[in-house]
Amino acid sequence: MAEERGWREIPIGGLILEAGNAERYVTGGWRTYRPQVDKDVCIDCLQCWLLCPDMCINVEDGRMTGYDYAHCKGCGICERICPVHAIRMILESEAPGGADEGGCWRSGKKRAPKKGAGGGGRTA
Amino acid sequence: MKRTLALTGNESAAEAMRQINPDVVAAYPITPQTELMHAFTQLVADGAVKTEMILVESEHSAMSACVGAAAAGVRVMTATSANGLALMWEIVYIAASLRLPLVMAVVNRALSGPINIHCDHSDSMGCRDSGWIQLYGENPQEVYDNMLQAVRIAEHPDVLLPVMPTYDGFIISHTLERVDVIGDDEASAFVGEPKPRFSLLDIDRPVTYGPLDLQDYYFEHKKQQAEAMKRAKEVVREVGEEYGARTGRAYGFFDAYRTEDAEQIILCLGSAAGTAKAVADELRDGGRKVGVLKLRMFRPFPAEELARAIGHARSIAVLDRAEGFNGVGGPVCPEVKAALYKAGGADVFNYVYGLGGRDLGPDLIRSVFDDLEAGRADPREAIHLGVRS
Ligand code: SF4
Ligand code: SF4
Repeated sequence: MAEERGWREIPIGGLILEAGNAERYVTGGWRTYRPQVDKDVCIDCLQCWLLCPDMCINVEDGRMTGYDYAHCKGCGICERICPVHAIRMILESEAPGGADEGGCWRSGKKRAPKKGAGGGGRTA
Repeated sequence: MKRTLALTGNESAAEAMRQINPDVVAAYPITPQTELMHAFTQLVADGAVKTEMILVESEHSAMSACVGAAAAGVRVMTATSANGLALMWEIVYIAASLRLPLVMAVVNRALSGPINIHCDHSDSMGCRDSGWIQLYGENPQEVYDNMLQAVRIAEHPDVLLPVMPTYDGFIISHTLERVDVIGDDEASAFVGEPKPRFSLLDIDRPVTYGPLDLQDYYFEHKKQQAEAMKRAKEVVREVGEEYGARTGRAYGFFDAYRTEDAEQIILCLGSAAGTAKAVADELRDGGRKVGVLKLRMFRPFPAEELARAIGHARSIAVLDRAEGFNGVGGPVCPEVKAALYKAGGADVFNYVYGLGGRDLGPDLIRSVFDDLEAGRADPREAIHLGVRS
């Protein structure tokens, strides 16, 4: 928490008076399983983008390019919905590049996702 | 234009709701609240109010719908009793925490079990710490008056807390009495238009209600709520005085009846006060110095004012219409004792009475005054008044 304000200075009732603030709450660290996409199989139908409850599917020019791992909670909905089974869920501890890759963190270290990098690409 | 009507407590609450004309009412029927909702839904069906009436499948949904509607920025009311209130429980706290100025009539009924539909205060006393303001009415007139004032108190910018006007099930809710009502125009002028600070429907000023609130800010929000409850005292006083100026019936935190020089005082809430005052009159005629303190506002608790009003008495009996199951008595007495802690002298005794609608007649009240005078009561634990041995 960057600044901690007193009870007189904050909106009553726990209200948040600003839109789109949830992006600042980096929730990727809650993840146990990490989704990975095989872009050779993916047909860019964007069903994963439609159904992801956390809006964590990166899309550029109508193509699915990977994940926003800073916010993806690893629910697995994208894996379930993918009609061509291009997505699989792997244990975070076994993810390539370690748990820090792509916005996941341990011991309080936070890292924003690299723009457009996603976490996708072929899985080994 | 003023009118004098013959109304039951439930009809009286419905008449106040007709004049308040709330934007949304969501409710589920439960005895003894049912007739209030009968009367009000009839008004909706007749087009006598512009209210959006939401008939829900449970009280949990009723309170949830009320919370949603209030967050949308409109004026919202509901009503319930006993087990219905218990089913709302989770959302009752949320309404207060989100600082939504709802008004909910609670028609007091014993909380099961064994199942019982008659009056005691176990329902509303159970949620005395939920963050709602509580106003206990003695008769249909006070029901009407409290309902109108509740809207003003809840929506006051210094408060923004939900208000629960309560009245005794059957004893008040189903008893026909004389009620003076003010004109429709006067009533709408008194309650005014709701001026919500935020609305979920205002897409130009979006706002989030109910986000996660952890170690870093939850405590600050609770502090805000506690401060609002303190400020509510002043607002209850102001609104009660203004109401008095308009109607001739002023309201405060409590009604101190012949207490000034009283040596023995009975403190009670709701319909019991009528009987207690009648007995006090009779004993006064016989030269005894007795009085009655009818507590109208239990939340916030008017501790200092109460100590000033009754601290001089030799002995005080606090009548609780709910058992606290704490081994010592009911919920009102410990608060009165705490209020009097620094005021000194008075011995305070606790009587639990009237559970499940058990009658509290003049004889029982007389026996309490006699106990007080003779020093017969046990200060260590509550006496269960009117229970068979
Ligand atoms: S659902 Fe599967 S195929 Fe469709 S865009 Fe997502 S990963 Fe590609
Ligand atoms: S695992 Fe869940 S949160 Fe993560 S990208 Fe897939 S659908 Fe979204």
